Parts: sequence; structure tokens; C-alpha cells
Amino acid sequence: MLIKFYIKPRKGILDPQGRAVAENLRNLGFNNVKDVKVGKYIEVYVEETDKEKAIKEAQEMAKKALVNEIIEDYEFEVVEE
Amino acid sequence: MKFGIAVYPGSNCDYDTYRVIRDVLDEEPQFIDYRETNLKGFDCIILPGGFSFGDYLRPGTLAAHTPLTSAVKEFAEKGGLVIGICNGFQILTEAHLLPGALMPNIHGKFVCKPQYLKVENNKTPFTNLCKENQILKIPIAHHDGNYYIDEDSLKKMEDKGQIVIRYCDKNGNISEEANPNGSVGNIAGIINERGNVFGLMPHPERASESILGSEDGKYILESILNYLK
Repeated sequence: MLIKFYIKPRKGILDPQGRAVAENLRNLGFNNVKDVKVGKYIEVYVEETDKEKAIKEAQEMAKKALVNEIIEDYEFEVVEE
Repeated sequence: MKFGIAVYPGSNCDYDTYRVIRDVLDEEPQFIDYRETNLKGFDCIILPGGFSFGDYLRPGTLAAHTPLTSAVKEFAEKGGLVIGICNGFQILTEAHLLPGALMPNIHGKFVCKPQYLKVENNKTPFTNLCKENQILKIPIAHHDGNYYIDEDSLKKMEDKGQIVIRYCDKNGNISEEANPNGSVGNIAGIINERGNVFGLMPHPERASESILGSEDGKYILESILNYLK
């Protein structure tokens, strides 16, 4: 199984990188850019055939290491390789 | 007194800290490898600055999940003194030994300069030689020093005296202009509820000899000694 984690700065928390990229995009003429969030994409490959187990494990991985929930929001999906 | 200095791959203030403990405080420093689990005999553990594990994932995260940091948690649970400087502070928050998180600086730049700090709580093992509201000048050097915690938790920390030092200007004004990284409430250093784990972004080990421009870091390092003796 493959777990795909999508991590981004938590809503309401200033993201200097996103702000700079947004300004850059506007400078390039993309005047409709309202906001940008720059985050992380992580792929975790696990030897697991039970999808439910993989989901539980993914939640644990996020909580214990991959995500700092004080400052980050995340989503994940578990897909069969 | 025996000071343990944690060495993670990428720690880079370990030798500065070692030198200050040995040559300025005249005490006994010892490096501790990040795979070590036995902390018997140490009076204080120092997590030094640097870029442990290359700041991969988030600063301090990977170091927070090493055998040594687990041992440091146990050491702290038994009441042992732990101080985390810069990257060490980041490790302590990621290990949940201290509340909150350290985010990238608000301006997106690395900041490296002498910084004025105001001692808000001088009744800790790490600041007992400072006067209340004393202004210290100690350098900072970091990219991720922007301390964040939600408002309710911040209020609780303030009520319990957990905010130990704040960034200020030369005259002690805690203003936005004096805030080098965007930290909430100009926070530069905090302590846990129990009062034995201290994390700060400024580098006391870089300001402990007059030739380096300031000896104010000694107020912090010697406070630890004063407490232990």
C-alpha cells in the first residue's frame, strides 16, 4: 500500500513562503491569485494488505512524526500500488 | 557538576557549548551520542544548537525521536535539568517536553545578530542570577525561531510564569520592531510547568566571554550551576 500525505500550514497561520509565492505569481500577471499555501507531499510505502490497518497506521504516523498539528493541517489517502 | 551535551548528526554548537562549560564555568562537560540511552550521573543535559538531521521534515523532529531524546524525557520526568538552545529548543517542542512550536521566521530569512532580551521570570533554575526585568544581550542565529502557541495556552503559560525571556530593544521595550522573527508575544524562551526544562532561541554559549562581545550568556549558564550547588 501507498500512503500519500498532503501537509500544509494550518489555516489562520501565516505562511511566509506562500505569501512570497503568491506575490511572485501576481508579478507574473496572474492577478486573480488570492492566496498560496506551500506545504509538503510525502509518500510512505508500507507492506500492508489491510486498508483499514493502513489508515490507522497513517493516522499514527501523522500524529507521531509527519505532522505538527499545532501549525500544520493534513490529509492523506491510502492507495493500492 | 557534570553537563551532558547531546550530539545529533548535524549539531554544530556542541563544541562551543563544551568549551564554555569546561573553560568558562570550570565544570565537567561530556558529549552524548544520539544513540545513547543511559544518562546516569549527569546533573544537567544540554541540547545544543545546529541543524540536527538536516532539519529534515521539520527542525528538531527527527532528533526528537532518537534513543537519546527518549532518555532525556525520562531524565526530565525525574526532575533533571534540561536546557535546549536554538535547535535544542526546537527538539524540546517536537518531543513535547515544551509546549508550542517553532515556525519559519516571519520574513523568511535567516537572522543572525546580537539581540536584547528581557528576563520576565528570574525564579527558575536557569535565570536565578538575573534580576527581574534584567536586559541581556545574547546573539540569535536561526531560520525557524518564530514561536507559536494558541491564545488560550499562551494565557495559561503567562499566568504560570512559563514565559522566561522575551525579545526587546535596548531599553527593554517589548515591541514589534524588537521582534526578530515574528514570535507570538516576542517570546524568546520558555520553561515547562514543572520548571526543569528550558528552551530558548538565543545562544548563551556564544556570549560567555568578553572577547566575543558579551558575557550575558553566563547569567544563564551560571544560574544552572547556582541552582545545582
